[in-house]
Amino acid sequence: MTSCDNRSGDRLTGAPLTSPAKGVFYNHMVVESLEHEDRIDRLFFALSDRTRRDIVTQSLDRERSVSDLGRLYPISLTAVQKHVEVLVDAGLVSKHRRGREQLVRGEVDQLHRAHELLDRLETVWRARLERFEDVLDDAMGKECR
Amino acid sequence: MTVTKIDKNPETRTMVITAVFTASVADVWRLWADPRLLERWWGPPGFPATFEHHDLTAGGTISYFMSGPDGVDRFDGTWTVVEVDAPTRLVVEDAVIDDDGTPGDGNSMTRMEIDIEVVGDRTQMVLTTHFDSLDGMERAVAMGVVEGMTSCMSQIDALLAEVTS
Repeated sequence: MTSCDNRSGDRLTGAPLTSPAKGVFYNHMVVESLEHEDRIDRLFFALSDRTRRDIVTQSLDRERSVSDLGRLYPISLTAVQKHVEVLVDAGLVSKHRRGREQLVRGEVDQLHRAHELLDRLETVWRARLERFEDVLDDAMGKECR
Repeated sequence: MTVTKIDKNPETRTMVITAVFTASVADVWRLWADPRLLERWWGPPGFPATFEHHDLTAGGTISYFMSGPDGVDRFDGTWTVVEVDAPTRLVVEDAVIDDDGTPGDGNSMTRMEIDIEVVGDRTQMVLTTHFDSLDGMERAVAMGVVEGMTSCMSQIDALLAEVTS
């Protein structure tokens, strides 16, 4: 490990990544808003590092293996992995395994795509269900062939 | 309007559609159970679906293809029947089809759950579609692009017919 790695590592471990205890004194609403605050903390912390911001950008247009990412920065693979973990924690990227490779994918984009696809799927099904009703009206009362 | 409710969850890649029909549970079920009826509504206008196999038993296979007016575009689909409880519940999974047309490694891409029940004097159908991956969703929506196109065309046809008559 280089000194660069260590610095990166220290910054990682020094972060407030742990959730506050969900005390019995809090009602449901308070716990929920604390969890929300927690997520925001993780998000901002994850985005506070230039390398991590770049990893998100790189993995948005296509999946990147951890080793691919490692080649982009002057830091060790272990440091890249730590960065990726922070990003996974913040929900900014997701990790998948393909064979021996660890693939990183930008989640923001995935969610956006999922949104779009679901909207288009809704259109498909609305039209399909209109036909469903037409056939139903027509077939009702008739015997099965 | 048939559709009464739509819930979409991009995080779990799930869509739940609730539709209500003025018909009996048995009639609504028949539109899934009778392949000749199923193919009358599954494919968009201009892309009729043909159901080749329709084995509505747990573990059974339902396969269909949709072909375009030019006979070039063709979509194939294969469902594996996971659960059947006639006439109220049907669960199917969309099998992965490899390029050579045979089912792939058995990973499911889409899971479709159909629940039919009496609500008041009408029949409610709840359709839950879950996608394992965005690719599966992309594939399901690919037919939607066709759908948008062809329903547009049929609207134009209808307009033309109106104007020229």
